[in-house]
Amino acid sequence: VSWRRFFKREQWDAERRREIDAYIDIETDHNIARGMTAHEAREAAQRKFGNRTLVQEEIYRMNTLTFIDSLARDLRYALRGMHHSPSFTAVAVLTLALGIGATTAIFSVVNGVLLKPLPYPDPDLLVGVWQSAVMQGRRVNNASLAPPMYFTYFDQNQTFEAFGAWSPGAANVTGMGDPEEVRTVVVTQGVLPALGVQPFLGRWFSSADDTPGTPETVVLSYGYWQRRFGGDRGVIGGSLVVSSRPREVIGVMPASFRFPDADPEMFLPQRFERAATTPNFSFRGIARLKRGVTLAQANADVARMLPAAQEAVQIPPEAMAALRMGPALRPLKQDVVGDIGKVLWVLMGSVGLVLLIACANVANLLLVRGEARRQELAVRAALGAGWGRIARELLVESAGLASIGGVLGVGLAYGGLRLLVFLGPANLPRLAEIAIDPLALAFAAGVSLLSGLAFGLIPVFKHAGPRIAGALRGNSRTASLSRERHRARNTLVVGQVALALVLLVSSGLMIRSFQALRNVQPGFTQPEQVQTVRISIAAAQVAEPARVTRMQTDIVDKIAAIPGVVSVAFSTGLPMETEYRINNFITMEDRPVLPEGQFPPMRRYKYVSPGLFQTLGTRFIAGRDFTWTDIHEKREVVVISENLARELWGRPDTALGKRIGVGMADGWSEIVGVVGDVYDEGVHQSAPATVYWPARESSRDGFVVRAVTVAIRSTRTGTESFLNQIREAVWSVNPSLPLAQVRTLGEVYTTSMVQTSFTLVMLAIAGAMALLLGVVGIYGVISYAVSQRRREIGIRLALGAQPRELRGMFVRQALALAAIGSAIGLLTAAGLTRLMASMLFEVSPLDPATFAAVAAILLAAAVLASYAPARRAGAVDPLDALRAD
Amino acid sequence: MPQGTLDMLILQTLVLGPAHGHTIAYAIERGSEDVLQVEHGSLYPALHRLEGRGWITSFWGTSENNRKARYYRLTPDGRKQLTAQTARWDQVVRAIGRILKPAEQK
Repeated sequence: VSWRRFFKREQWDAERRREIDAYIDIETDHNIARGMTAHEAREAAQRKFGNRTLVQEEIYRMNTLTFIDSLARDLRYALRGMHHSPSFTAVAVLTLALGIGATTAIFSVVNGVLLKPLPYPDPDLLVGVWQSAVMQGRRVNNASLAPPMYFTYFDQNQTFEAFGAWSPGAANVTGMGDPEEVRTVVVTQGVLPALGVQPFLGRWFSSADDTPGTPETVVLSYGYWQRRFGGDRGVIGGSLVVSSRPREVIGVMPASFRFPDADPEMFLPQRFERAATTPNFSFRGIARLKRGVTLAQANADVARMLPAAQEAVQIPPEAMAALRMGPALRPLKQDVVGDIGKVLWVLMGSVGLVLLIACANVANLLLVRGEARRQELAVRAALGAGWGRIARELLVESAGLASIGGVLGVGLAYGGLRLLVFLGPANLPRLAEIAIDPLALAFAAGVSLLSGLAFGLIPVFKHAGPRIAGALRGNSRTASLSRERHRARNTLVVGQVALALVLLVSSGLMIRSFQALRNVQPGFTQPEQVQTVRISIAAAQVAEPARVTRMQTDIVDKIAAIPGVVSVAFSTGLPMETEYRINNFITMEDRPVLPEGQFPPMRRYKYVSPGLFQTLGTRFIAGRDFTWTDIHEKREVVVISENLARELWGRPDTALGKRIGVGMADGWSEIVGVVGDVYDEGVHQSAPATVYWPARESSRDGFVVRAVTVAIRSTRTGTESFLNQIREAVWSVNPSLPLAQVRTLGEVYTTSMVQTSFTLVMLAIAGAMALLLGVVGIYGVISYAVSQRRREIGIRLALGAQPRELRGMFVRQALALAAIGSAIGLLTAAGLTRLMASMLFEVSPLDPATFAAVAAILLAAAVLASYAPARRAGAVDPLDALRAD
Repeated sequence: MPQGTLDMLILQTLVLGPAHGHTIAYAIERGSEDVLQVEHGSLYPALHRLEGRGWITSFWGTSENNRKARYYRLTPDGRKQLTAQTARWDQVVRAIGRILKPAEQK
C-alpha cells in the first residue's frame, strides 16, 4: 500500500466506481446488440460482472491500512462519545489532568534534583573530599579541610586528576554606583579543572593567581557579568574593586555553569600561605578522580596522606589523635543533593497514590457509563462485532481521555513548577535545573497511557466479556438487582478511601510536626519585629581593629536614633543564620589539666554587642548583660548559654564568676551572665551550647569581628521608609558600606522550618486532592445505587417505609464502604509512615491522635458525600418510580 | 484461478496494445479457450494490484462504441516481468514435459 493511495483512497474509490460503471455500460451495449431488451441487457451485464460490492471492497482494502483506518474510526467514535456527554468528559479529563499533572511535576523535581547527573563532564568522577572525625563522642563525616591538609593532598595524592579547596563567602564591590555585597566562592586553582568547565571568556586561575603576593584577580559569573557589565566583552583585563582592593577581571564563566551547592556571583582565588599551620577547618575539598580509580581507592589514598596532613596542622598531637580522623570521600552529587532525597521520594509516592485514586475515579465513571451502554454494546455484539473489537473501542476511548488529561496535566505541571521555582524553597538544591525536559514529557506520556490502560481495562472486563449477550435478555430492571454488578465499583471506592487515608495520615503527621516546631521556644521573641542587615568592614577599607569597633558602635548609635527603633545590637551571626556559625574550643580555669586523651569541648562562638539579648528577647537566667563600659574598658567578660552552664557547672548561678578562655595560654574571661538557650541550628535541632564574647578588639592578638549582622527591633520592619533610614544611618558613618541580608529575623526563622513546611504543603495538597477525589467517588457510587434502585425504593415507600430509613440505608452503605476502606488504609498507613519518620518532629509515625482524627474525617466525609444522593432516595415518588419502566 | 496466473494472463493480453477492462475480460475468457470461466468483476482488483506494482498504467479513453472507459497499457517494467514470468513458466512446462516423456515412451 502506498501512502499516496492511502490518503487519496476516497478519490480512488470513486475512480473504480466509474470504471465498473463503464464495464457494465459497455457489456449492456453488447447485450442489446445481441438482441436483449434494455432491462435484460443491464441485468445480464451485472450478472456477468459478479458481486460489485465485494470487488469494490477488495480494492478499498488494498488501498488502506485496516488497523489505522479502524483506529481512526474508533477515535472518531470516542470523540463523538465525549462530545455527547460533556460533563462526564470534563470530570474525567480534569481528574486525570490533576493526577497526571501532580505526578509529572513531582517527577520533574525528582528528575532535576536526584536523577539527572550533575552538569559537568563525567560527573561520576567528581567527589567531595571530607574527613570523618569523632566529635563529642560521635563520629561525623563532614570534617572539612584546613590549609595545610589542602597542600598535603594537592602535592601528594596519587588518585586525583584534579583537586581543589573552596569556601563560600561574600565580598563588597565598591566604585560602581552604590556599594553592593555579592556572593562569592573563594577557590584554589584546582577547582575548575576538577569540575571540567572551561570559562566562557578569558581564563581560570593559574597557580600564580593563588600564590600570595601576586596581583589580585577575579572571575565573574555569567549572570553578574550581564547584570553589571551588560555583557561587555571588553571587561577582561579591566579592574573591579572587590573588598576594597582592585582586582583584574581575568574570566567569565558560561551561562550554563552552576557551582555545586552555592550560587556565587564571582570567584576569588584562595591564596593560602604555604607556611600557614592554623587549624582553620573551613574549606571544602573537591576532586576529580583519575579514570578507573574507585571511591575506595581514593579513600585509601587519603588515608595514606592523613598522617602527614595532620602533622602539618598546628594542633597538639594528642588532641589530633582524639579526633581519630579518617577519610570520608563521597560522590559530589550526594554532597549537592543532601538529605532532600527522602522527602522527594515520599512526595513522589504520594502523588503516585493521588494518580491511582484519580484512575479509580475515572474507572468508576466509565463503569457507570458502561452500564448505560450495556444494551448498545450487546446489540453490536449480537450483530457480529467481536469481543476484541468492542474491547479495543473501549480502550481507545479511555486512552483518548488519558491523552487529553495528560496534555492538560503537562500544562498544570508546567505552571506548578514555575510556581515552585518562583517560591524557591531555600533548601531545595539544583532548583535551576528543574524543568519539564524530554524525560519528564516521556514520563507524562507513559503515565497517561498506563493510567488509560489501568482504568480502561476494568470496563473492558466488565462489559466486553463473552457474557455480553446476556445483557440483551435481561432488561435493565432485573440486571440492576444483581449484587455482582456493583462489586467492581465498590472495590474501587474502598481502594480510594484507603489510599486517601494513607495520604491524609501523612499530611496529618506533618501538620503535627509543624505544630511541634512552632511550639518550641526558639530563644527569641516576635522575630518578625526584628529587622536585620549585614555589614562587613574589609581590612583594606579600615585596617585598625579599634576603628572597626568604633565604626560599628557609631552605626548602632545612628540606627538607635531612628524613630520607632526600640533597641539595636549586633552579632557575628543572629540565631539560625547557620551560614555564619563559628565553633571553637573552650578551656576552663578550674579544669586546667585534662585527663589523658581528652580534648577541650568545642562549642558555638558568637561575638555580640551589648543589648543583643534584649533586642532578640533572649531571657537572662542569671547575672547581667555586657555594657558599653565593658567594651570601652576592654574588660575580659563573657556570657554563656544556660545549657553550657549546666553542662560545665551543673547550675546556671554557680557558673557566674567562673573563668573560661579560648586556649590555656590565652588568658581568662569571667562569666558575668547566663542566658536562655537559643535554637541556633533551627528549632528541629537541639540548641547548641554557646559562648557569647563581647564584640571588640581582642586585647591579645588584635582580632576583631569585621562582618556582623545588626538586629533592630521595631514595629516598622520591612517598610521602605524604614530601610531607607537605616541605609542613610549606615552610610552617614561610611558611604562605601553595602547592606546585605536585609530581612527580618522572622524570615530567617521561617526559612529554618522550610523543609518541614514545604513537605507539609506538598503533602497537604496531595491529601486534599485525595480527599476530594474520594468524596466524589463515594458520591458517584451512592447516587448511582440510588438511581438503579429507584424501583425498589418505590416499592419500599409504597409498603410504608419512612424516607428517613431509606436515607439511612444509603448513608449506611457509604459508611460501610468508607469503614472498610479506612480499616485497610489504617493498616497500610501504619506500615508506610515509618518511611517518613526522619521527616517528623516529636511525633511518632504511629501517632494515635492523627490516625483517629483522619479516620473520623474520612467517615464524616463519607456521610456528607452520601447524604445528598440519599436525600434523593427519600424524595422518590413511589408512583413515578413504579411507572417508570 | 491462482493470482499469479491471472496477473500473467492480463499482462499477456496487454502485449498486443492498450485495452480497457471489458476487452481484457473477454480476451482472457477467449484466450484460455473458455477454460478460465470467471466473473469479470474479479479482474478489477487484479488490475488495481498490477497498477500499484507499476507493471501497467491506466488512462481514460473512449471505447469503440463511444463510451468513456479506463484503458490499461503495459509499462516497460511490466514487459520485463512478463518476459521473466513467461520464461519461468516455459521452464516449468519443459521440466514437467521431461519428467512425463520417458513414461510415455515406455
